[in-house]
Amino acid sequence: MSRALVQLTVTRVREIFRQPEAIFWTFLFPVLMAVVLGVAFRGERPDPSAAVVVEGRGADRLEAALRGDAAVRVERMDAEAAGARLRAGRAAILLIPGDPVTFRYDPTRPESELARVRVNAALQRAAGRIDPIAVREERLNERGSRYIDFLVPGLLGMNLMGGGLWGIGWIIVEMRIRKLLKLQLTTPMRRRDFLLSHVLVRLVFIPLEVVPLLYLSYLLFDVRVAGSLGAVALASCLGAVSFAGLGTLIASRAKTTGAISGLINLCSLPMFVLSGVFFSTARFPEALQPWIRVLPLTALIDALRSVMGEGATIAAIGPQLILLVLWGVASFAVALRVFRWS
Amino acid sequence: MHSSVSVSVEGLVRRYGKVTAVDGLDLEVREGECFGLLGPNGAGKTTTIEVIVGLLSPSSGEVRVLGRRWGEDDAGLRSRIGVALQETRFADRLTVREVVGLFRSFYPAGRDPLDVVREVGLEEKGAAWTSKLSGGQRQRLALACALVGDPELLVLDEPTTGLDPQARLRMGETIRSYRDRGRTVLLTTHYMDEAQRQCDRVAVIDRGKVIALGSPAELVRSLGGDLVVELALSEGEVSESEFRDVAGVRGIRRSNGAFHITAGESHVTVPALLERLRSLGAAPAQMTIRHATLEDVYVSLTGRNLRDE
Repeated sequence: MSRALVQLTVTRVREIFRQPEAIFWTFLFPVLMAVVLGVAFRGERPDPSAAVVVEGRGADRLEAALRGDAAVRVERMDAEAAGARLRAGRAAILLIPGDPVTFRYDPTRPESELARVRVNAALQRAAGRIDPIAVREERLNERGSRYIDFLVPGLLGMNLMGGGLWGIGWIIVEMRIRKLLKLQLTTPMRRRDFLLSHVLVRLVFIPLEVVPLLYLSYLLFDVRVAGSLGAVALASCLGAVSFAGLGTLIASRAKTTGAISGLINLCSLPMFVLSGVFFSTARFPEALQPWIRVLPLTALIDALRSVMGEGATIAAIGPQLILLVLWGVASFAVALRVFRWS
Repeated sequence: MHSSVSVSVEGLVRRYGKVTAVDGLDLEVREGECFGLLGPNGAGKTTTIEVIVGLLSPSSGEVRVLGRRWGEDDAGLRSRIGVALQETRFADRLTVREVVGLFRSFYPAGRDPLDVVREVGLEEKGAAWTSKLSGGQRQRLALACALVGDPELLVLDEPTTGLDPQARLRMGETIRSYRDRGRTVLLTTHYMDEAQRQCDRVAVIDRGKVIALGSPAELVRSLGGDLVVELALSEGEVSESEFRDVAGVRGIRRSNGAFHITAGESHVTVPALLERLRSLGAAPAQMTIRHATLEDVYVSLTGRNLRDE
């Protein structure tokens, strides 16, 4: 490794550590996000449905029937207040006493639909319905199948993407604006060393982006890695390389910070939504699936999820890893060709 | 080509789309001299510099630096040149020493960064972040980065623009001491007084062409006299042509309501001028005699004031 490459990498790492805001966004923000989302979707006990009984003749009976059901949290208020609650989304369903009893709810809201089923079952049972088929419930709450187990690999992937796109894209454009790129070009510095140093910086930061998040989610939520840590490390490194290439590519022509932040968002927002950070990609139509699967963030998150959740081996996530390398190499090659130095 | 020529430029043309920034420019920088490109903003100085240091390719024309063309062995050539460009903003959160050390790492051989930091007078700021530096200190940091590879040729684009007079003097001293070691300096400036003080030879550039070339003294002499009489009238309207045949007058122009009259000998020209004024019925409000400067050269060549640009 040339002395210039070492110096470029070391000074860049120093610079990042001297920026408190960079430390926050890279290292603390994802951890905070995991904590908040992990707490919000603990998944230990399903949240009871918020039902409101509207005042009126027969309201007492309805309320009493629902009180006995742990799956429903019941409140009672007048029609106006109850309507406001429903519109604000703080009540899932309104029960208006009468014959028949009226359920008022929005069927497009999943929690309202769930509330309708629960409330209906509670009322019918309280009125003496006997279910003709006996069932026994086996409730799953295993490690590895909770939302937080799904979420952590997603956040890891998102973090690595953000680090690559912002950490490289933004910095290169800033150096271009400061005319530093131009000045460095008048020295014998090799262009390859300059671009490579950004990739090396990313590799230096991977442990800092991955380890605290993994460790904290283990401590707080008992999220474990079913497969090998080596596989997680490899997938993270290749993911970082892939996004380093992409970051360099989108920074290769941009001349203003406005342009680069637009490009970064253009690149990362679709992947946020499509690549399954927060929810499964299976929700998107079949026709979109092949396109979703070739996105680098999808490949990275799929690989991490397979290793962490199912204990997949490196060989099993081979296709995703190859895809990541291809993204990295291809975007780097294009970036080198079109890069604007001055 | 003679071996003692550091930079030679022949017929350089550089266009940006339809705009011609440099329009057939010739110059030669000799080894061991401090050469100044002098001209107003927009004259084509920066474009010329960027072509010379290999950042821009010429639209046409021939450029040789230290005996080589760009494209032959660029890395080798770059390691022999130190460059400071305009308005470079270094990374905010690196120290002066770190920045100079980084630039040192780009060069296969060079000087100890600490020595260079000391030479440009930044030793007290060596551990300070670049964001804490004043404008003058930043320019000196840029100079340190240009010097740290121990170059044979130093190219500085507007090294003193925006500096206070003290900082300009200090910058001048460092540049002179570098030249005094037998090295070559090519710099641009739009300060006439600085070019006069600092440079062994200057090329006056206007609209992408060299309009005058020589040592500051030669250029001033080319005006025909080295004194300028500045004359403002309190009453009476007199046209320039009335002064042309006054004894000893070599040139005349009008600027901001005052006449600038170039003359060789004041004891001949001043009494003759006053005599002429009296006969025309005009009275002087103010009359000053000063040495001619490069600014007078520029104005007499272009008919425009530098500062008007």
